[in-house]
Amino acid sequence: MSKQSFQLSAADFAPAPPATHAERIVRPSLSYWQDAWLRLKKNRRALSSLYLVIALLLFTLLGPWFWTQDYTLQDLDMISQGPSWGSAALVVEDPGAWEGVRGDALPLPQGQELGATTQLTVEGAATTQYVRLYWNAVPGAQHYLIYRNDHAPDSGQDLGLPLGETLRPEELSFADRLQLRPQTYWYTVIASDGLTEAASGTTLAVTTERAITTTQARERGLEATVGASVQLPAHPFGTDYLGRDVLARIMEGARVSLFIGIVAPLLFIAIGIVYGGICGYFGGTLDIVLMRIADFVIALPFLLFMILFRIGFGIGPGESGIFPMLLALVLLSWPSSARLVRGQILQIRGEAYVQAARMLGARSLYLIFRHLVPNVMGPILVTLTFAIPMAIFTEAFLSFIGMGVSPPTPSWGAMSNEGIRTMLSSPHELLFPAFFISLTVLAFNLLGDGLRDALDSRLRSRE
Amino acid sequence: MLLYILKRLGIGIFTIWFIATATFTVMHLVPGDPLANDKAVNPTIRANLERQYGLDRPVFEQYVLYMGNMLKGDFGISFTEENRAVNDIIREHFPVSASLGVLSLFFATIGGVLWGALAALYRNRWPDAAIMLVVILGISVPSFVFAAFSQLGILTLNQWTGRSILPVAGWDSFSSALVPALVLGMSTMAYMTRLMRSSMLEVANTDYIRTARAKGLSALRIFFRHQLRNAILPVITVLGPAIAIITTGGFVVESVFAIPGLGRYFVQAVAQLDYTVIMGTTVFFGAFLVLMVIAVDILYGFIDPRIRLGAL
Amino acid sequence: MNTTTLTRALMQPISSYLRYCLSALLLFSALCALPALAQEGVDFATQSVRIAQGSEPPNLNSIKSTDQTSIFYIEHVMEGLLRKNARNELVGGVAERWEMEGTTARFWLRQNAVWSDGVPVTAHDFVFAWRQVVNPEVAAEYASIMYPVKNAEAINQGKLPLEALGVTALDDYTLEVELETPTGYFLSLTSFMIYYPVRQDFYEAQNGRYFADVRNMIFNGPFTITSWVHGASLRMEKNPTYWDADSVTLNVIDTPYITNDEQAVFNLFKDGMLALVNNLAAEQLRGALDNRMRIYAHPDGSVFYVEFNHRDDRVTRNLNLRKAMQAVYDSEELVYKAIGIAGYIPGRSLIPVYMNGVQDKFRVEYPEQPASLDIEKAREYLELAKQELGLDEIPPLSILCDDTNGAILQAQYFQSLFKRTLGIDIKVDAQTFKQRLDKSGNGNFDLILAGWGPDYEDPLTFGDLFASWNVNNKGRYNSPVYDAYVRTVQGTSDQQVRMDALGRMQQHIIDEAVILPNFERVSNGVRDPRLQGVVFSQTGASTTFTYAHVTE
Repeated sequence: MSKQSFQLSAADFAPAPPATHAERIVRPSLSYWQDAWLRLKKNRRALSSLYLVIALLLFTLLGPWFWTQDYTLQDLDMISQGPSWGSAALVVEDPGAWEGVRGDALPLPQGQELGATTQLTVEGAATTQYVRLYWNAVPGAQHYLIYRNDHAPDSGQDLGLPLGETLRPEELSFADRLQLRPQTYWYTVIASDGLTEAASGTTLAVTTERAITTTQARERGLEATVGASVQLPAHPFGTDYLGRDVLARIMEGARVSLFIGIVAPLLFIAIGIVYGGICGYFGGTLDIVLMRIADFVIALPFLLFMILFRIGFGIGPGESGIFPMLLALVLLSWPSSARLVRGQILQIRGEAYVQAARMLGARSLYLIFRHLVPNVMGPILVTLTFAIPMAIFTEAFLSFIGMGVSPPTPSWGAMSNEGIRTMLSSPHELLFPAFFISLTVLAFNLLGDGLRDALDSRLRSRE
Repeated sequence: MLLYILKRLGIGIFTIWFIATATFTVMHLVPGDPLANDKAVNPTIRANLERQYGLDRPVFEQYVLYMGNMLKGDFGISFTEENRAVNDIIREHFPVSASLGVLSLFFATIGGVLWGALAALYRNRWPDAAIMLVVILGISVPSFVFAAFSQLGILTLNQWTGRSILPVAGWDSFSSALVPALVLGMSTMAYMTRLMRSSMLEVANTDYIRTARAKGLSALRIFFRHQLRNAILPVITVLGPAIAIITTGGFVVESVFAIPGLGRYFVQAVAQLDYTVIMGTTVFFGAFLVLMVIAVDILYGFIDPRIRLGAL
Repeated sequence: MNTTTLTRALMQPISSYLRYCLSALLLFSALCALPALAQEGVDFATQSVRIAQGSEPPNLNSIKSTDQTSIFYIEHVMEGLLRKNARNELVGGVAERWEMEGTTARFWLRQNAVWSDGVPVTAHDFVFAWRQVVNPEVAAEYASIMYPVKNAEAINQGKLPLEALGVTALDDYTLEVELETPTGYFLSLTSFMIYYPVRQDFYEAQNGRYFADVRNMIFNGPFTITSWVHGASLRMEKNPTYWDADSVTLNVIDTPYITNDEQAVFNLFKDGMLALVNNLAAEQLRGALDNRMRIYAHPDGSVFYVEFNHRDDRVTRNLNLRKAMQAVYDSEELVYKAIGIAGYIPGRSLIPVYMNGVQDKFRVEYPEQPASLDIEKAREYLELAKQELGLDEIPPLSILCDDTNGAILQAQYFQSLFKRTLGIDIKVDAQTFKQRLDKSGNGNFDLILAGWGPDYEDPLTFGDLFASWNVNNKGRYNSPVYDAYVRTVQGTSDQQVRMDALGRMQQHIIDEAVILPNFERVSNGVRDPRLQGVVFSQTGASTTFTYAHVTE
């Protein structure tokens, strides 16, 4: 046997060339968020809701380029009008001072009752600017009461709106300017001896024509000759309680509402996630102390603190306080989401994958945000989508008490709050802003559902 | 367990003290005069009023005095309802709000859990979409609108049938609480529906459900025994503060249905800067909230064995 | 297909149809078991009416109360020396007859006026009550309304003992009152709540809880309070011991609903649960119109206006600036177009149309000369103002208002008006109730949406608002001329002299553009057609049921 020793050379210790082909991962490695995005793209509902959100933003930002009506312009002749594509109006003279008609007060003949008014007549043309009425004196009348109805009265009780009364017995006329619309009105004038009213009055049907005054026509750059017919602007969403265009106000209001409605929830839920995550993960005394602070914030009287915030920030009249309001909203709204996240984390922090990660030496913060929070995304997203309308309405409420935006700047929440007052007689004032709020909430709910599916790490392996 | 509860209660008292102090401070920082009225009074009368309410003393002295009385359980006399003790206001109006609130939470929880579970079962099919739409309406339409429309509905029903099927407003029988409770619970129900749906879906993919299914358990048993129980935790979490908030009164619903609850006092007290009522209602609400939160934390342990009380 | 299946298939629709019929029948019978639509708003047989209130009466103690809701109840269950009759005229209440001469008034009380426990109402009860009103310890907010009585103010300031008050019981049934100065409207004051009697022994026995609950109450008026569930309901029943009980027809005035929701109250009325509803808002007015209800209007007494800040550091102190704003402002446009509530009277004067003058209505005897509406002139005024103030531009002005929809609407109207016509920027400063009061008290505003309701039936209740010493003169308007007019009116009981001075005050307010009048408010209401004889008034309780009755 040859004394051939078993010799190793340095070359024998060189690493083998990597055997690449056998175990190569064919699919590219995807991070959690990349994976989520891929799955989100596959979700048709989520994707279309994403487009809806984008459309809403475009509507806000680009809308005013196409719809150029001034959202602050008051048209007091067009108060609370339903949607319309413009209407024609007659140009008439300014109402000016009408001397009215005077006559002699007649004494009541002995033993006679107060009679009905006679010769009720309209002076000039009846337009939506004014209806001027005069009548003959009734013996014994001290003054006259004027009523206006929208329908033909069916009884002596059905007189309609009490427009007013004359002051002196000699006054035998009345000019009606009360929110006249182009329609037929039934006017009734009843004599009164100061204590009791006459048993009956005279009713006159008057049909009014839409009109604007020469001054108004001049102010709006329309043809200002008496008798001309001019076209009034279209209001596809109708007008509000001061005759302002609702569409223009919705576009303008979207800025505030979408900003507050999206940013505030994002911010306070972010705080809630961090706060609740820490509480839930660490538990013990830290949790007890931190969660008591959350209780404390929930229990504070909200309105009182908002008033203090307003003063603390030195928001003067008419100044916009959007950022202080955002801050205040966030400061007072985070506890509920923190509580929710904490509860969820308590539930899953003992799970095997958490233990495994911990044994592998994962640091606490990494554990919380890499393993725990993604697994409680479902309830968080629900809270987020619910926080949107809440933020929009809180903004409206705060603007109402002088914090946030001030009139005439609109917001959706403020518009619906105003619309509520007249929701039966002019529902469009509530309907349109409420519709846009609902649309926003819907979009974010669908998006939230899609995100939830996409972010659910348990669904991940299936793809 | 008992020790845990005692400890939590101890901390709770501290929390309440903190709430009371903060509210007291803010109340006095906010400009405005609790004694002012639309018609201003001359300085003489004003000084007399201040003396009567003890507002002529230094604020710190007022604070010490107030805290002392509060410890004795005396919240003082209301500034606006001048003959009523705040204790009486709470004692007389809280039961009304509470019974309405409990009924509405009953509707909200049953409805929320049921609809949410249903939506999860029929995920991405039409029942899910229908429930979603109702939910969206429930949260994006202000409760005032619901209240007003449901009241109009009652009115129309009564006029159409010519009978008093339901009272339009008021607080005298069980039937007068039904509709207000539904309206009051609307947004909570919507919230719970969505929460429930989401957590049901989450639970549906867990190993223990798969195990249960593999064991051959019936679908119904899996649903109630495993899925529901595990999914209900977020609902419970929300329920705690919601109980405190809803049972202490909903201003809008109380106002529309003329219900003599506590809700109006929360709102009016701040508007009127009624010092004693602000303090009384806030401390009462704070204490209630603290209790509810403790209850929820204890409930966690019962519902989900993974959560141990000691660790809390 | 065998027979059984066939039968089942045939039976299926029949049984489901039957089931449908049965359930419909059940539902129908259940509905029939329910009470028929109760028209409980008014009841002829029991002569009872039901009403709703916006709030719980905060204080029913006639010495200390201040608000409208409480006054409503107090005026129904208590009676003063004088009272108002069904035509709103002053007639004898507890006092049978009276005499007034210079600064002395004497009242002879009727012997049959008794408290609800049968004890007679005596002059001592008035002396006790009036002393309590001005007692500094009691701290009554309306004590100033007692100030026409001799020494009242000094006692209220703690400078004189209670006994120094100018009221004495000459005997059990004779009361003598000494006044500080001749006060023309003193008699009408005696029908006001704080002048009502209070019985000393009963008052003291309640230990500070006088009228706090039903058991702490004693009455001398047409009704008694028989039950009061705080915040929920209050029930008044006819007082059998009332001396004029024969002229009271109603047996019960029940308040089962307390809510400030206007639509809810209107819905209750439509449901037949209420006898009447007042102060309808525009939306409910519309509802009443559509339902063909008779709508009644009556002035509620209050006048609303824009008040300028006249303090030295404010530009609104400048007369020409105020005149410029006055010359572009048309209250008719504000009222008829922007506010749009039927019956509101466009503001033309500080003194409302219903106030009486010497013989006739004040405004008929002293018609105001309005400032002319002239935009060219307004711009001239504005230029003058800028010169006088040494400004190139008028700085933005703030308009302080309540956080109510109505107030914000008006504020926005002015914002748009002054911007459009004069180029002046207006900032709307909406504030919660107490913060608004705080800001208005400190003069932290340029313009303010203000209003005033009368305390007594004399134009002076409005006129003295802008006296330099009045604490309710929020803008601190200070004019020696105006102050002199006020002193003239206060110093005499000669109606002609007083009204002449008030007429000049009215014109002064317009000429100096101290305020811009907005409107005189009107309460539009609906009522059950069977309810008759309800009296409306601008001072004291706005609605009185004492003379009302229910017809069949």
